[in-house]
Amino acid sequence: MSALQQSDFTAALFDPALPCPAGLRAWNGSDPAARFAVYRNNVVSGLIDALADTFPVVQALVGEEFFRAIASVFVRARPPQSKLLAFYGDELPAFIQAFEPARSVPYLADVARLELARVQAYHAMDAAPIDADCMQAALSKTERLPRLRLTLHPSARVVESSHALVSLWAAHQSDAAVNLSAVDTGRPEQALVLRQGLDVVVVPLGPGATRFCAALLDGTPLGAAAGLALQEEARFDLSATLVALLNHDAVCAIDFDCEA
Amino acid sequence: MPQQNMLASNHAARGAHAQAVGTASGLPRRAGVGLKPEHFREVLEQLPDLGFFEIHAENYMVDGGPFHHYLERIRTHYALSLHGVGLSIGGEAPLDEAHLDRLAALISRYEPAEFSEHLAWSSHGENFLNDLLPLPYTQQTLVRVCAHIDRVQDRLGRRMLLENPASYVEFEASTFDEAEFIGEVVRRTGCGLLLDVNNVYVSCTNHGRDAVAFINQLPLQAVAQIHLAGFHRDQDAAGATLLIDSHGAPVDAQVWDLYRHTLSRSGPLPTLIEWDNDVPALTVLLQEAARAEQCMTQASTCQPASLELFA
Repeated sequence: MSALQQSDFTAALFDPALPCPAGLRAWNGSDPAARFAVYRNNVVSGLIDALADTFPVVQALVGEEFFRAIASVFVRARPPQSKLLAFYGDELPAFIQAFEPARSVPYLADVARLELARVQAYHAMDAAPIDADCMQAALSKTERLPRLRLTLHPSARVVESSHALVSLWAAHQSDAAVNLSAVDTGRPEQALVLRQGLDVVVVPLGPGATRFCAALLDGTPLGAAAGLALQEEARFDLSATLVALLNHDAVCAIDFDCEA
Repeated sequence: MPQQNMLASNHAARGAHAQAVGTASGLPRRAGVGLKPEHFREVLEQLPDLGFFEIHAENYMVDGGPFHHYLERIRTHYALSLHGVGLSIGGEAPLDEAHLDRLAALISRYEPAEFSEHLAWSSHGENFLNDLLPLPYTQQTLVRVCAHIDRVQDRLGRRMLLENPASYVEFEASTFDEAEFIGEVVRRTGCGLLLDVNNVYVSCTNHGRDAVAFINQLPLQAVAQIHLAGFHRDQDAAGATLLIDSHGAPVDAQVWDLYRHTLSRSGPLPTLIEWDNDVPALTVLLQEAARAEQCMTQASTCQPASLELFA
């Protein structure tokens, strides 16, 4: 098979309008196009299945048929570039955002971002959280407080939306405490997504706490991060937020920043 | 739990490069199943009596989390078979060295008894196609496949096993038949064979070949592992049966027959039950594994064919 042939084969896998590649045959003289169609179907439906594994709530929100239609357009437009399929679909949220037929579900792309964050958190690097005593000791020297740098767990990431993405997501879980029909989809929601032990958790946060966590993730020292959080939300409660982070095993290191 | 090397020396690679890359053989001649995330906890709680677990290498090329947590624990109880799907050995481009590095890291972390890959291609250019695609069997592809296997064995410092494919089309350009091509690859590279009996049955049905003759034509002394899986039935444009390698069903009766035939010639071999889609309860996999072990027991009490082969 020449270089040209493997490239023809690949192009025809993703473009059903292209003819079956040349040079194929079947032992019984039947049209090889019907046999080539098996590869076409395997490749595209296998990748759609991979997306369905990563984005189950997106699929539940729009229904399987519509999800597979979006996914098949996505798969053909953006075939995976990595051999690690676990993270395939990291471009799907942006794709959904720009996908005209999905405009009627304005929160769909944000729910996709949350589901992607969960998969990324699930496979993220391991790190041991600090305990309450360690946190207590670090926080006890008040003069150093503003220059403390908190390292969050490698799995931690912030997801924000102008829609009720956390409630929408929670309403689709098997232990749902939220009823889908009761969700006010227009309410902005934010969350910290991280792995606690072996489980990925979605911790709803207020706007101030969200800004605080995002700042910590950027490496901002405690004082400046709290300042940004207060600008975002006057009611931001620093100690309650630190307790919540500690309770979710979210802090893995506290360092004193001499440079700041 | 069995971790000792139960493979006899007649499974060692015999090719020219065998000395250079060493022989990695360590799977017990028993049945194993694929390790699935939905079974992690159950496996650790029950420690079922199995010869080994198999993992797909690419699933474990992640930084941390539950996959590594459970695999580390399960690995202390069982031998491991590492099976790759992303190396694209039949691809036109040179091998992906970064991917080989990731494989080397996994191998050094988990010390699998065997590493296997496919006689197929799965990448082209920038794209990963997530399927095992067919190649023509020509002098040119033979040289390229052998060069790729040489590179894998050099980089990983061990013998690899090459799996025969399930395919749906053939190529006008082919000048070797599949068994001939595989035999030549084994002879030139010293790689071992992963004989997927379901793939033999699927491909032979799809291409009008005799499956028993195909098995008999292979260098069975190089086989270090067998795969068994389920298929589903379809039709080609002429209405002829076209079998699809689905990995989503029980092993078919015809495939069990072909497996027994293989064992009658090779003797017992490490045998994997592959079930990757619509994964059933662990007990279903264990029942299929038990059935494979029954076949092995029967084969080992039935010596004449084996003696003839290895005489």
